[in-house]
Amino acid sequence: MNITLEHCSARHPSAHRQAPAALRVLSLSVARGEQVAIIGPSGAGKTTLLHLLACALRPYEGALQLNGRNPWALPRSALQKLRGELFLAPQVPPLPPRQRVVTAVLAGRLPHESLWASVRSLFYPTDIALAERALTQFDVNDKLFERVDRLSGGERQRVGLARALASQAGLFLVDEPLSALDPTRSQQAIESLTTAARERGATLVTTLHHVEMALHNFPRIIGLRGGALAFDLPAAEVTPEHLRQLYDQHLDELTGSGPAASPDEPLAARPVAMPCR
Amino acid sequence: MPLTPHLLVRRDPAARQRVFWALASLAALWPLLVLTEFKPWLLWEAGALTPALRFVADFVPPKMESEFLWLVARETWRTVAIATAGLTLALLLAIPLTLLSVRGLSMSALTGRMAPLPAAVRQLVRWLMIVLRSVPELIWALVFVRVVGLGPTAGVLAIALTFAGMLGKVYAEILESGDAHPAASLLRNGSGRLQTFLYALLPQSAAELTSYTLYRWECAIRSSAVLGFVGAGGLGQMMDASMKMFNGSEVATMLLVFMALVWVADCISAGLRKWLA
Repeated sequence: MNITLEHCSARHPSAHRQAPAALRVLSLSVARGEQVAIIGPSGAGKTTLLHLLACALRPYEGALQLNGRNPWALPRSALQKLRGELFLAPQVPPLPPRQRVVTAVLAGRLPHESLWASVRSLFYPTDIALAERALTQFDVNDKLFERVDRLSGGERQRVGLARALASQAGLFLVDEPLSALDPTRSQQAIESLTTAARERGATLVTTLHHVEMALHNFPRIIGLRGGALAFDLPAAEVTPEHLRQLYDQHLDELTGSGPAASPDEPLAARPVAMPCR
Repeated sequence: MPLTPHLLVRRDPAARQRVFWALASLAALWPLLVLTEFKPWLLWEAGALTPALRFVADFVPPKMESEFLWLVARETWRTVAIATAGLTLALLLAIPLTLLSVRGLSMSALTGRMAPLPAAVRQLVRWLMIVLRSVPELIWALVFVRVVGLGPTAGVLAIALTFAGMLGKVYAEILESGDAHPAASLLRNGSGRLQTFLYALLPQSAAELTSYTLYRWECAIRSSAVLGFVGAGGLGQMMDASMKMFNGSEVATMLLVFMALVWVADCISAGLRKWLA
Protein backbone atom coordinates (compact mmCIF):
# COMPACT_ATOMS: atom_id res chain seq x y z
CA MET A 1 0.00 0.00 0.00
CA ASN A 2 1.40 3.42 -0.80
CA ILE A 3 0.86 6.44 1.39
CA THR A 4 0.81 10.17 0.70
CA LEU A 5 0.52 12.79 3.39
CA GLU A 6 0.12 16.39 2.26
CA HIS A 7 0.52 19.18 4.80
CA CYS A 8 -1.24 17.15 7.47
CA SER A 9 -1.76 18.47 10.98
CA ALA A 10 -3.29 16.38 13.72
CA ARG A 11 -3.85 16.34 17.43
CA HIS A 12 -5.19 13.75 19.81
CA PRO A 13 -9.01 13.88 19.92
CA SER A 14 -9.02 14.58 23.66
CA ALA A 15 -6.46 17.40 23.36
CA HIS A 16 -7.54 20.98 23.82
CA ARG A 17 -8.31 22.96 20.66
CA GLN A 18 -5.75 25.59 21.51
CA ALA A 19 -3.10 23.01 22.42
CA PRO A 20 -0.21 22.81 19.97
CA ALA A 21 -0.86 20.10 17.41
CA ALA A 22 1.04 16.84 17.87
CA LEU A 23 1.84 16.90 14.14
CA ARG A 24 2.26 20.08 12.15
CA VAL A 25 1.99 20.46 8.37
CA LEU A 26 3.68 17.18 7.66
CA SER A 27 4.20 15.97 4.11
CA LEU A 28 5.43 12.52 3.37
CA SER A 29 5.08 9.75 0.87
CA VAL A 30 5.86 6.07 1.21
CA ALA A 31 5.77 3.71 -1.74
CA ARG A 32 4.35 0.19 -1.75
CA GLY A 33 6.71 -2.30 -0.13
CA GLU A 34 8.94 0.32 1.41
CA GLN A 35 10.31 -0.11 4.92
CA VAL A 36 10.58 3.02 7.03
CA ALA A 37 11.68 3.64 10.60
CA ILE A 38 10.50 6.75 12.43
CA ILE A 39 12.83 8.00 15.13
CA GLY A 40 12.79 11.01 17.37
CA PRO A 41 12.67 12.03 21.02
CA SER A 42 9.66 11.32 23.24
CA GLY A 43 6.72 13.52 22.44
CA ALA A 44 7.89 14.11 18.87
CA GLY A 45 4.58 12.82 17.49
CA LYS A 46 5.72 9.36 16.37
CA THR A 47 2.66 7.54 17.71
CA THR A 48 0.36 10.28 16.42
CA LEU A 49 1.86 9.86 12.97
CA LEU A 50 1.20 6.10 13.07
CA HIS A 51 -2.38 6.71 14.20
CA LEU A 52 -2.81 9.17 11.39
CA LEU A 53 -1.59 6.63 8.84
CA ALA A 54 -3.81 3.94 10.39
CA CYS A 55 -6.94 6.07 9.93
CA ALA A 56 -7.28 5.98 13.70
CA LEU A 57 -6.92 9.75 13.84
CA ARG A 58 -8.41 12.25 11.47
CA PRO A 59 -6.11 15.08 10.36
CA TYR A 60 -7.73 18.46 10.98
CA GLU A 61 -5.98 19.89 8.00
CA GLY A 62 -4.15 18.46 5.02
CA ALA A 63 -4.91 15.27 3.16
CA LEU A 64 -4.04 11.64 3.66
CA GLN A 65 -4.13 9.27 0.70
CA LEU A 66 -3.87 5.52 0.94
CA ASN A 67 -3.44 3.85 -2.45
CA GLY A 68 -4.48 7.15 -4.00
CA ARG A 69 -7.78 7.38 -2.09
CA ASN A 70 -8.66 9.71 0.73
CA PRO A 71 -9.96 7.35 3.46
CA TRP A 72 -11.92 10.10 5.20
CA ALA A 73 -13.97 10.75 2.09
CA LEU A 74 -15.17 7.13 2.07
CA PRO A 75 -18.44 6.01 3.63
CA ARG A 76 -17.91 4.45 7.04
CA SER A 77 -18.28 0.85 5.89
CA ALA A 78 -15.74 1.35 3.12
CA LEU A 79 -13.39 3.03 5.61
CA GLN A 80 -13.73 0.05 7.92
CA LYS A 81 -12.97 -2.27 4.98
CA LEU A 82 -9.90 -0.19 4.20
CA ARG A 83 -8.81 -0.43 7.83
CA GLY A 84 -8.78 -4.18 7.33
CA GLU A 85 -6.00 -3.65 4.78
CA LEU A 86 -3.73 -2.05 7.34
CA PHE A 87 -2.54 -3.21 10.69
CA LEU A 88 -1.71 -0.92 13.59
CA ALA A 89 0.21 -2.68 16.36
CA PRO A 90 0.14 -0.43 19.44
CA GLN A 91 3.06 -0.27 21.81
CA VAL A 92 1.10 -1.91 24.63
CA PRO A 93 -0.17 -5.18 23.15
CA PRO A 94 -3.99 -4.98 23.14
CA LEU A 95 -4.62 -8.47 24.47
CA PRO A 96 -7.48 -9.27 26.85
CA PRO A 97 -5.97 -11.00 29.90
CA ARG A 98 -8.16 -14.09 29.93
CA GLN A 99 -7.75 -14.85 26.24
CA ARG A 100 -5.54 -17.65 25.02
CA VAL A 101 -2.53 -16.85 22.88
CA VAL A 102 -3.87 -18.79 19.90
CA THR A 103 -7.12 -16.78 19.93
CA ALA A 104 -5.27 -13.51 20.43
CA VAL A 105 -3.06 -14.19 17.41
CA LEU A 106 -5.92 -15.36 15.19
CA ALA A 107 -7.79 -12.15 16.05
CA GLY A 108 -5.44 -10.52 13.53
CA ARG A 109 -7.39 -12.35 10.83
CA LEU A 110 -10.84 -11.05 11.86
CA PRO A 111 -11.22 -8.33 9.19
CA HIS A 112 -10.80 -10.95 6.49
CA GLU A 113 -13.12 -13.61 7.81
CA SER A 114 -16.86 -13.83 8.17
CA LEU A 115 -18.62 -13.48 11.49
CA TRP A 116 -19.61 -17.13 11.31
CA ALA A 117 -16.00 -18.23 10.78
CA SER A 118 -14.80 -16.15 13.72
CA VAL A 119 -17.49 -17.60 16.00
CA ARG A 120 -16.54 -21.11 14.91
CA SER A 121 -12.89 -20.34 15.61
CA LEU A 122 -13.79 -19.54 19.22
CA PHE A 123 -15.04 -23.11 19.70
CA TYR A 124 -12.12 -24.71 17.92
CA PRO A 125 -9.31 -22.53 16.49
CA THR A 126 -9.63 -22.91 12.73
CA ASP A 127 -6.06 -22.14 11.73
CA ILE A 128 -3.75 -23.32 14.50
CA ALA A 129 -0.94 -23.71 11.97
CA LEU A 130 -1.13 -20.04 10.98
CA ALA A 131 -0.95 -18.94 14.61
CA GLU A 132 1.93 -21.25 15.30
CA ARG A 133 3.89 -20.07 12.24
CA ALA A 134 3.43 -16.45 13.32
CA LEU A 135 4.49 -17.21 16.89
CA THR A 136 7.52 -19.17 15.72
CA GLN A 137 8.79 -16.02 13.99
CA PHE A 138 9.09 -14.44 17.42
CA ASP A 139 10.11 -17.58 19.29
CA VAL A 140 7.01 -17.79 21.46
CA ASN A 141 5.41 -20.81 19.78
CA ASP A 142 5.68 -22.78 23.04
CA LYS A 143 3.02 -20.48 24.51
CA LEU A 144 0.44 -21.31 21.82
CA PHE A 145 -2.26 -22.52 24.21
CA GLU A 146 -1.26 -20.46 27.26
CA ARG A 147 -3.44 -17.68 28.58
CA VAL A 148 -2.25 -14.14 27.87
CA ASP A 149 -2.16 -13.12 31.54
CA ARG A 150 0.30 -15.93 32.28
CA LEU A 151 2.91 -14.41 29.92
CA SER A 152 5.71 -12.02 30.75
CA GLY A 153 5.68 -8.48 29.36
CA GLY A 154 8.15 -9.33 26.61
CA GLU A 155 6.24 -12.45 25.61
CA ARG A 156 3.03 -10.44 25.44
CA GLN A 157 4.68 -7.90 23.18
CA ARG A 158 5.88 -10.66 20.87
CA VAL A 159 2.40 -12.21 20.78
CA GLY A 160 1.10 -8.77 19.76
CA LEU A 161 3.61 -8.72 16.89
CA ALA A 162 2.65 -12.27 15.90
CA ARG A 163 -0.93 -11.03 15.54
CA ALA A 164 0.35 -8.58 12.94
CA LEU A 165 1.86 -11.44 10.96
CA ALA A 166 -1.40 -13.39 11.18
CA SER A 167 -3.27 -10.50 9.60
CA GLN A 168 -3.49 -10.08 5.86
CA ALA A 169 -2.64 -6.40 5.88
CA GLY A 170 -0.78 -4.59 3.12
CA LEU A 171 0.50 -1.92 5.48
CA PHE A 172 2.04 -2.64 8.87
CA LEU A 173 2.22 0.26 11.32
CA VAL A 174 4.17 -0.91 14.33
CA ASP A 175 4.60 1.28 17.39
CA GLU A 176 7.74 0.66 19.46
CA PRO A 177 7.89 -3.11 18.87
CA LEU A 178 11.00 -3.52 21.01
CA SER A 179 10.17 -1.59 24.19
CA ALA A 180 9.95 -4.73 26.34
CA LEU A 181 12.51 -6.92 24.55
CA ASP A 182 16.17 -7.67 25.24
CA PRO A 183 18.76 -6.96 22.48
CA THR A 184 18.81 -10.50 21.01
CA ARG A 185 15.03 -10.76 20.91
CA SER A 186 14.85 -7.23 19.49
CA GLN A 187 17.06 -8.12 16.55
CA GLN A 188 15.06 -11.29 15.92
CA ALA A 189 11.75 -9.44 16.14
CA ILE A 190 12.84 -6.71 13.72
CA GLU A 191 14.18 -9.26 11.27
CA SER A 192 10.93 -11.24 11.40
CA LEU A 193 8.89 -8.09 10.78
CA THR A 194 11.01 -6.84 7.89
CA THR A 195 11.23 -10.29 6.28
CA ALA A 196 7.49 -10.88 6.57
CA ALA A 197 6.71 -7.48 5.08
CA ARG A 198 9.15 -8.05 2.23
CA GLU A 199 7.77 -11.52 1.46
CA ARG A 200 4.21 -10.28 1.07
CA GLY A 201 5.15 -6.98 -0.53
CA ALA A 202 3.63 -5.05 2.36
CA THR A 203 4.66 -1.59 3.44
CA LEU A 204 6.22 -1.38 6.90
CA VAL A 205 6.34 1.77 9.02
CA THR A 206 7.82 1.39 12.50
CA THR A 207 8.55 3.83 15.26
CA LEU A 208 11.70 2.99 17.15
CA HIS A 209 13.42 4.41 20.18
CA HIS A 210 16.47 2.32 19.45
CA VAL A 211 18.34 4.36 16.84
CA GLU A 212 21.08 1.78 16.14
CA MET A 213 18.41 -0.82 15.46
CA ALA A 214 16.66 1.54 13.06
CA LEU A 215 19.83 2.42 11.16
CA HIS A 216 20.84 -1.24 10.81
CA ASN A 217 17.56 -2.70 9.71
CA PHE A 218 15.70 -0.04 7.76
CA PRO A 219 16.71 1.48 4.42
CA ARG A 220 14.87 4.74 5.10
CA ILE A 221 14.83 6.80 8.29
CA ILE A 222 12.41 9.58 9.16
CA GLY A 223 13.40 11.89 12.00
CA LEU A 224 10.51 13.60 13.79
CA ARG A 225 10.92 16.43 16.23
CA GLY A 226 8.26 18.61 17.81
CA GLY A 227 5.61 17.29 15.43
CA ALA A 228 7.52 18.23 12.30
CA LEU A 229 9.82 16.46 9.91
CA ALA A 230 13.48 16.88 10.94
CA PHE A 231 14.91 14.73 8.15
CA ASP A 232 13.86 11.99 5.74
CA LEU A 233 16.95 10.17 4.47
CA PRO A 234 18.27 6.81 3.38
CA ALA A 235 19.84 5.15 6.43
CA ALA A 236 23.34 5.43 4.95
CA GLU A 237 23.09 9.21 4.78
CA VAL A 238 22.03 9.74 8.38
CA THR A 239 25.07 11.25 10.12
CA PRO A 240 25.81 11.52 13.84
CA GLU A 241 25.25 15.25 13.41
CA HIS A 242 21.66 14.63 12.24
CA LEU A 243 21.04 12.47 15.27
CA ARG A 244 22.62 14.93 17.67
CA GLN A 245 20.37 17.69 16.38
CA LEU A 246 17.32 15.42 16.44
CA TYR A 247 17.89 14.41 20.03
CA ASP A 248 19.21 17.78 21.19
CA GLN A 249 18.37 18.07 24.91
CA HIS A 250 17.20 14.45 24.83
CA LEU A 251 20.66 12.93 24.38
CA ASP A 252 19.99 10.30 27.04
CA GLU A 253 17.37 8.81 24.71
CA LEU A 254 19.87 8.54 21.89
CA THR A 255 22.20 6.32 23.88
CA GLY A 256 19.67 4.41 25.95
CA SER A 257 17.19 2.00 24.49
CA GLY A 258 14.32 4.33 25.30
CA PRO A 259 11.75 4.46 28.04
CA ALA A 260 9.91 1.36 29.10
CA ALA A 261 6.54 0.48 27.65
CA SER A 262 3.83 2.91 28.63
CA PRO A 263 0.24 3.17 27.41
CA ASP A 264 0.15 5.16 24.19
CA GLU A 265 -2.92 7.08 25.22
CA PRO A 266 -3.60 9.01 28.41
CA LEU A 267 -5.53 6.77 30.77
CA ALA A 268 -8.92 8.29 31.47
CA ALA A 269 -10.37 7.72 34.92
CA ARG A 270 -12.53 4.64 34.59
CA PRO A 271 -16.07 4.54 35.88
CA VAL A 272 -16.26 2.58 39.10
CA ALA A 273 -17.33 -1.00 38.48
CA MET A 274 -19.88 -2.19 40.94
CA PRO A 275 -19.75 -5.96 41.19
CA CYS A 276 -23.36 -6.53 42.26
CA ARG A 277 -26.47 -4.49 41.83
CA MET B 1 16.53 20.84 67.70
CA PRO B 2 14.81 22.99 70.30
CA LEU B 3 11.32 22.22 69.05
CA THR B 4 9.06 20.67 71.66
CA PRO B 5 7.20 17.59 70.41
CA HIS B 6 3.69 18.94 70.90
CA LEU B 7 4.37 21.74 68.43
CA LEU B 8 5.02 19.15 65.75
CA VAL B 9 1.57 17.58 65.99
CA ARG B 10 -0.34 19.31 63.22
CA ARG B 11 -4.09 19.32 63.07
CA ASP B 12 -5.99 17.62 60.26
CA PRO B 13 -7.26 20.53 58.14
CA ALA B 14 -10.14 18.46 56.76
CA ALA B 15 -11.55 17.45 60.16
CA ARG B 16 -13.94 20.37 60.59
CA GLN B 17 -15.41 19.80 57.13
CA ARG B 18 -15.94 16.14 57.89
CA VAL B 19 -17.78 16.86 61.14
CA PHE B 20 -19.92 19.46 59.39
CA TRP B 21 -21.03 17.13 56.61
CA ALA B 22 -21.72 14.30 59.05
CA LEU B 23 -23.98 16.56 61.13
CA ALA B 24 -25.57 18.04 58.02
CA SER B 25 -26.52 14.64 56.64
CA LEU B 26 -27.99 13.64 60.01
CA ALA B 27 -30.08 16.80 59.98
CA ALA B 28 -31.21 16.06 56.43
CA LEU B 29 -32.20 12.56 57.51
CA TRP B 30 -34.62 13.80 60.16
CA PRO B 31 -37.44 14.95 57.84
CA LEU B 32 -37.12 11.62 56.00
CA LEU B 33 -37.71 9.73 59.24
CA VAL B 34 -40.75 11.89 59.97
CA LEU B 35 -42.05 11.37 56.45
CA THR B 36 -41.73 7.58 56.67
CA GLU B 37 -43.39 7.54 60.11
CA PHE B 38 -40.41 5.74 61.53
CA LYS B 39 -41.48 4.93 65.08
CA PRO B 40 -39.55 1.85 66.20
CA TRP B 41 -40.84 2.10 69.79
CA LEU B 42 -44.25 0.95 68.52
CA LEU B 43 -42.68 -2.50 68.23
CA TRP B 44 -42.36 -2.75 71.99
CA GLU B 45 -45.95 -2.01 72.84
CA ALA B 46 -47.50 -5.12 74.35
CA GLY B 47 -50.56 -5.24 72.10
CA ALA B 48 -48.55 -4.98 68.89
CA LEU B 49 -45.96 -7.61 69.57
CA THR B 50 -48.02 -10.62 70.68
CA PRO B 51 -49.91 -11.37 67.46
CA ALA B 52 -46.72 -11.03 65.46
CA LEU B 53 -44.85 -13.31 67.84
CA ARG B 54 -47.67 -15.83 67.72
CA PHE B 55 -47.51 -15.88 63.92
CA VAL B 56 -43.75 -16.37 63.97
CA ALA B 57 -43.98 -19.01 66.71
CA ASP B 58 -46.26 -20.87 64.34
CA PHE B 59 -43.28 -21.24 61.97
CA VAL B 60 -41.72 -23.97 64.13
CA PRO B 61 -41.77 -26.76 63.41
CA PRO B 62 -41.97 -26.43 59.60
CA LYS B 63 -44.57 -28.71 58.07
CA MET B 64 -42.86 -31.89 56.89
CA GLU B 65 -45.68 -34.24 55.86
CA SER B 66 -44.75 -36.17 52.77
CA GLU B 67 -47.91 -35.24 50.87
CA PHE B 68 -47.29 -31.54 51.51
CA LEU B 69 -43.59 -31.87 50.68
CA TRP B 70 -44.50 -33.45 47.37
CA LEU B 71 -46.73 -30.50 46.61
CA VAL B 72 -43.95 -28.07 47.61
CA ALA B 73 -41.49 -29.91 45.39
CA ARG B 74 -43.81 -29.60 42.40
CA GLU B 75 -44.38 -25.89 43.00
CA THR B 76 -40.63 -25.35 43.59
CA TRP B 77 -39.98 -26.87 40.21
CA ARG B 78 -42.56 -24.55 38.73
CA THR B 79 -40.93 -21.55 40.44
CA VAL B 80 -37.49 -22.50 39.14
CA ALA B 81 -39.02 -22.95 35.72
CA ILE B 82 -40.69 -19.51 35.85
CA ALA B 83 -37.45 -17.85 36.95
CA THR B 84 -35.32 -19.67 34.38
CA ALA B 85 -37.70 -19.16 31.48
CA GLY B 86 -38.17 -15.51 32.44
CA LEU B 87 -34.44 -14.94 32.69
CA THR B 88 -33.78 -16.71 29.39
CA LEU B 89 -36.30 -14.50 27.62
CA ALA B 90 -34.77 -11.49 29.36
CA LEU B 91 -31.34 -12.53 28.09
CA LEU B 92 -32.63 -12.86 24.53
CA LEU B 93 -33.87 -9.29 24.80
CA ALA B 94 -30.97 -7.88 26.83
CA ILE B 95 -28.08 -9.11 24.65
CA PRO B 96 -29.08 -7.17 21.53
CA LEU B 97 -29.92 -4.13 23.67
CA THR B 98 -26.49 -4.35 25.31
CA LEU B 99 -24.69 -4.66 21.99
CA LEU B 100 -26.59 -1.65 20.68
CA SER B 101 -25.79 0.50 23.69
CA VAL B 102 -22.15 -0.29 24.49
CA ARG B 103 -20.04 2.72 23.56
CA GLY B 104 -16.90 0.61 23.25
CA LEU B 105 -18.26 -0.91 20.03
CA SER B 106 -18.78 2.43 18.32
CA MET B 107 -16.75 2.88 15.17
CA SER B 108 -17.30 6.61 14.85
CA ALA B 109 -16.16 7.19 18.45
CA LEU B 110 -12.77 5.70 17.53
CA THR B 111 -11.69 9.03 16.10
CA GLY B 112 -13.11 11.56 18.51
CA ARG B 113 -16.78 12.16 19.17
CA MET B 114 -19.43 9.62 18.31
CA ALA B 115 -21.43 10.55 15.20
CA PRO B 116 -24.94 11.94 15.93
CA LEU B 117 -26.96 9.03 14.55
CA PRO B 118 -25.21 6.23 16.48
CA ALA B 119 -25.23 8.43 19.60
CA ALA B 120 -28.98 8.89 19.24
CA VAL B 121 -29.54 5.16 18.74
CA ARG B 122 -27.53 4.39 21.87
CA GLN B 123 -29.48 6.96 23.86
CA LEU B 124 -32.80 5.57 22.62
CA VAL B 125 -31.81 2.04 23.60
CA ARG B 126 -30.83 3.30 27.04
CA TRP B 127 -34.20 5.00 27.44
CA LEU B 128 -35.98 1.83 26.32
CA MET B 129 -34.12 -0.11 29.02
CA ILE B 130 -35.07 2.50 31.62
CA VAL B 131 -38.73 2.10 30.67
CA LEU B 132 -38.47 -1.69 30.85
CA ARG B 133 -36.93 -1.77 34.30
CA SER B 134 -38.67 1.17 35.92
CA VAL B 135 -42.04 -0.57 35.71
CA PRO B 136 -41.99 -3.07 38.61
CA GLU B 137 -42.44 -6.68 37.59
CA LEU B 138 -45.54 -6.77 39.79
CA ILE B 139 -47.23 -4.25 37.49
CA TRP B 140 -46.14 -6.09 34.36
CA ALA B 141 -47.53 -9.27 35.93
CA LEU B 142 -50.88 -7.61 36.69
CA VAL B 143 -50.99 -6.44 33.06
CA PHE B 144 -50.17 -9.87 31.69
CA VAL B 145 -52.55 -11.67 34.06
CA ARG B 146 -55.28 -9.74 32.31
CA VAL B 147 -53.92 -10.69 28.88
CA VAL B 148 -52.97 -14.35 29.28
CA GLY B 149 -54.95 -15.18 32.41
CA LEU B 150 -53.81 -16.53 35.78
CA GLY B 151 -50.77 -18.79 35.68
CA PRO B 152 -47.03 -18.95 35.19
CA THR B 153 -47.02 -17.36 31.71
CA ALA B 154 -47.79 -13.94 33.19
CA GLY B 155 -44.91 -14.34 35.66
CA VAL B 156 -42.50 -15.39 32.94
CA LEU B 157 -43.37 -12.39 30.75
CA ALA B 158 -43.20 -9.96 33.67
CA ILE B 159 -39.75 -11.18 34.70
CA ALA B 160 -38.55 -11.16 31.09
CA LEU B 161 -39.41 -7.49 30.54
CA THR B 162 -38.16 -6.02 33.83
CA PHE B 163 -35.03 -8.13 33.92
CA ALA B 164 -34.16 -7.36 30.31
CA GLY B 165 -33.90 -3.71 31.30
CA MET B 166 -31.75 -4.48 34.33
CA LEU B 167 -29.49 -6.98 32.55
CA GLY B 168 -28.98 -4.68 29.56
CA LYS B 169 -27.99 -1.73 31.72
CA VAL B 170 -25.59 -3.64 33.94
CA TYR B 171 -24.10 -5.69 31.07
CA ALA B 172 -23.32 -2.45 29.25
CA GLU B 173 -21.75 -0.99 32.37
CA ILE B 174 -19.64 -4.09 32.99
CA LEU B 175 -18.43 -4.09 29.38
CA GLU B 176 -17.63 -0.38 29.50
CA SER B 177 -15.75 -0.60 32.79
CA GLY B 178 -13.20 -3.05 31.33
CA ASP B 179 -10.05 -2.04 29.47
CA ALA B 180 -11.12 -0.34 26.22
CA HIS B 181 -7.74 -0.80 24.54
CA PRO B 182 -8.22 -4.34 23.10
CA ALA B 183 -11.62 -3.51 21.60
CA ALA B 184 -10.52 -0.18 20.14
CA SER B 185 -7.48 -1.83 18.65
CA LEU B 186 -9.49 -4.58 16.91
CA LEU B 187 -11.96 -2.04 15.53
CA ARG B 188 -9.11 0.12 14.30
CA ASN B 189 -7.69 -2.82 12.43
CA GLY B 190 -10.95 -3.30 10.58
CA SER B 191 -12.81 -5.98 12.57
CA GLY B 192 -16.59 -5.96 12.78
CA ARG B 193 -18.48 -4.95 15.92
CA LEU B 194 -19.67 -8.44 16.79
CA GLN B 195 -16.22 -9.88 16.14
CA THR B 196 -14.76 -7.23 18.42
CA PHE B 197 -17.31 -8.09 21.09
CA LEU B 198 -16.44 -11.78 20.90
CA TYR B 199 -12.66 -11.38 20.69
CA ALA B 200 -12.01 -8.38 22.97
CA LEU B 201 -14.89 -7.49 25.28
CA LEU B 202 -16.27 -10.92 26.13
CA PRO B 203 -13.03 -12.62 27.26
CA GLN B 204 -12.37 -9.68 29.58
CA SER B 205 -15.72 -9.61 31.29
CA ALA B 206 -17.08 -13.17 30.99
CA ALA B 207 -16.75 -13.90 34.71
CA GLU B 208 -18.49 -10.70 35.83
CA LEU B 209 -21.26 -11.17 33.28
CA THR B 210 -21.84 -14.76 34.39
CA SER B 211 -21.88 -13.97 38.06
CA TYR B 212 -24.26 -11.06 37.55
CA THR B 213 -26.57 -13.23 35.45
CA LEU B 214 -26.68 -15.88 38.18
CA TYR B 215 -27.36 -13.22 40.79
CA ARG B 216 -30.26 -12.06 38.62
CA TRP B 217 -31.51 -15.67 38.42
CA GLU B 218 -31.53 -15.67 42.19
CA CYS B 219 -33.51 -12.40 42.15
CA ALA B 220 -35.89 -13.89 39.59
CA ILE B 221 -36.64 -16.78 41.97
CA ARG B 222 -37.42 -14.32 44.76
CA SER B 223 -39.43 -12.17 42.45
CA SER B 224 -41.45 -15.12 41.15
CA ALA B 225 -42.52 -15.66 44.77
CA VAL B 226 -43.89 -12.12 44.90
CA LEU B 227 -45.54 -12.59 41.52
CA GLY B 228 -47.24 -15.70 42.89
CA PHE B 229 -49.22 -13.42 45.20
CA VAL B 230 -50.94 -11.88 42.20
CA GLY B 231 -51.70 -15.27 40.74
CA ALA B 232 -48.67 -15.96 38.57
CA GLY B 233 -48.28 -19.51 39.90
CA GLY B 234 -45.43 -21.33 41.62
CA LEU B 235 -44.37 -21.33 45.27
CA GLY B 236 -45.52 -17.73 45.68
CA GLN B 237 -49.12 -18.56 44.97
CA MET B 238 -48.95 -21.46 47.40
CA MET B 239 -47.36 -19.24 50.01
CA ASP B 240 -50.10 -16.70 49.50
CA ALA B 241 -52.70 -19.37 50.23
CA SER B 242 -50.87 -20.50 53.38
CA MET B 243 -50.46 -16.93 54.59
CA LYS B 244 -54.16 -16.25 54.17
CA MET B 245 -54.88 -19.25 56.38
CA PHE B 246 -52.26 -18.13 58.92
CA ASN B 247 -50.52 -21.46 58.47
CA GLY B 248 -47.02 -20.52 59.71
CA SER B 249 -45.52 -24.01 59.51
CA GLU B 250 -46.30 -24.25 55.78
CA VAL B 251 -44.82 -20.81 55.17
CA ALA B 252 -41.70 -21.85 57.10
CA THR B 253 -41.18 -24.91 54.88
CA MET B 254 -41.43 -22.78 51.77
CA LEU B 255 -39.05 -20.16 53.16
CA LEU B 256 -36.53 -22.95 53.79
CA VAL B 257 -36.91 -24.01 50.17
CA PHE B 258 -36.20 -20.43 49.07
CA MET B 259 -33.07 -20.31 51.20
CA ALA B 260 -31.90 -23.58 49.66
CA LEU B 261 -32.50 -22.24 46.14
CA VAL B 262 -30.55 -19.05 46.83
CA TRP B 263 -27.75 -21.10 48.37
CA VAL B 264 -27.60 -23.32 45.26
CA ALA B 265 -27.46 -20.24 43.00
CA ASP B 266 -24.64 -18.86 45.11
CA CYS B 267 -22.66 -22.11 44.85
CA ILE B 268 -23.07 -22.28 41.08
CA SER B 269 -22.02 -18.65 40.76
CA ALA B 270 -18.92 -19.16 42.91
CA GLY B 271 -17.96 -22.26 40.92
CA LEU B 272 -18.42 -20.57 37.55
CA ARG B 273 -16.47 -17.49 38.64
CA LYS B 274 -13.59 -19.70 39.69
CA TRP B 275 -13.73 -21.56 36.40
CA LEU B 276 -13.85 -18.40 34.29
CA ALA B 277 -11.34 -16.35 36.30
